[in-house]
Amino acid sequence: MGFEKFGYVSYVTQTRVSEFTKYLADGKIYGSKCVECGNVEFPPRANCGRCLSGKWEWVELTGDCKLLTFTKVDAAPAAFQDQAPYILGLAEFSEGPKVLAWIDRAVSESEVKAGVRLKLKPTNLKNGQLSYILTTSNSA
Amino acid sequence: MNVGIVGIGQTKFGKLADASARELAAEAFKNALADADLARKDIRSLIVCSGTHYDKQRSPAGIMAEYLGLNPSPTFHVEAACASSGVGVRVGWSMIQARLHDLIAVLGFQKMTELDAAKVQDVMSRSGDVMWESPFGPTMPAYYAMHARAHMDRYGTTEEQMAQVSVKNHKYGAKNPYAMYRKEITVTDVLESRTVASPLKLYDCCANADGAACLILAGGKLARKLTDNPVWITGLGLASSPMSLTSRKQFTSFECSVHAAKQAYKMGKVRPRDVDVAEVHDSFTSAEIMNYEDLGFCRKGKGGKFIEEGETYVGGKIPVNVDGGLLAKGHPVGATGAAHIISITKQLRNEAGPNQVRNAKVGLAHNIGGIGMYAVCTLLRAS
Repeated sequence: MGFEKFGYVSYVTQTRVSEFTKYLADGKIYGSKCVECGNVEFPPRANCGRCLSGKWEWVELTGDCKLLTFTKVDAAPAAFQDQAPYILGLAEFSEGPKVLAWIDRAVSESEVKAGVRLKLKPTNLKNGQLSYILTTSNSA
Repeated sequence: MNVGIVGIGQTKFGKLADASARELAAEAFKNALADADLARKDIRSLIVCSGTHYDKQRSPAGIMAEYLGLNPSPTFHVEAACASSGVGVRVGWSMIQARLHDLIAVLGFQKMTELDAAKVQDVMSRSGDVMWESPFGPTMPAYYAMHARAHMDRYGTTEEQMAQVSVKNHKYGAKNPYAMYRKEITVTDVLESRTVASPLKLYDCCANADGAACLILAGGKLARKLTDNPVWITGLGLASSPMSLTSRKQFTSFECSVHAAKQAYKMGKVRPRDVDVAEVHDSFTSAEIMNYEDLGFCRKGKGGKFIEEGETYVGGKIPVNVDGGLLAKGHPVGATGAAHIISITKQLRNEAGPNQVRNAKVGLAHNIGGIGMYAVCTLLRAS
């Protein structure tokens, strides 16, 4: 499966980490782990961000994360207007790396604040694309 | 060798539906030549600066050099998003230092309003990482909003303080004939304007605009021969930060600005408190507050208080964006950096009219590129 399946709108089709979408389809969030220095990356990279080594392996992440900051986007880009408004959240995994994603509409807006615990979960979008979403840690 | 600015020229900024990019560029270029009392045959090289994808022309230096009648002189394009023409000045300075050319035009332009706002956001959302961030529909306001939120959470910066930045810049913009918006506004106007990306509201955001701005740079001896009042480039700084938010360590500062400013201050042998007037990248009100801190005008976390106490008005500790800033002038991405330097040049020549800062001798121009992956600083000194 190619990377064109990732995201509400996909801008990149070919990459060495395209298997990421296969794991998403299986309901799993994977990052990359450098074989040389052990650095865990998310989003996954084919070259370690610390030592640039090209030797890496997939590593499953728990998806447990903490919200760092967020914004509710009212004025969306043309390609996203049918989704607006949406809340973009920037969260930090318990394993260390960070992720930018939409926050699930099921999360009450009053709960959306820095420090709140969230879970990053794979999701199937209505347009047939695959993505991940920040949602409450206790939802199934 | 010293490098001086010997000519400045720009168009009005705004929705300029009667002109194409090349026509705007020609207007700015001709104004700069007239200011320098030069003919186009005197210009040895043309550095063309803009953001990409707002209009359809690829490799814009080609059409600009042709339209301005500068062939076969060397020309090329410099791109660093909103910092493009700030970086263009650095390149021009280097070419003069290397004695490749003694007289160079740095021309920044952008034609944005052929696209509607949502289409512009389509382009701008690809200023973030297209692989992992753009698929979520981030916008330029959204990226800055997440930084603004982090600054509010950490330091207690308020939406009112952010609004005060817009009030200040519109006050000065009202007196700038080149500005897009020439009307003063109030804190209430800002707070009651519609939300764009929370906590940023319409009047916290600069507007997409059309415009062009041109600087003519000359090597020291020639600069002195050409004019009695060259404005000298005494310090340069350029630095980068990760493009992806996920790769940044914190969101309360644009670290590239801190690095770029340190480089410029060191090279120019000045401290932040020696700067008499500054133009900083106020694409959003929250960014101006963060810039105060990143550029060393006030302590970290005190930016909100700094505007609240009026320290960045004319008469304050350091007047900032007293030409209206991007918030009132509009932000034709590629022209913005050169336009900042034009405003500082006018201040240092004592030609800034109603917005003049008395006895301004040292000025700083600062631009952030895109969502904070580039920052450029140019330190200028009156002759």
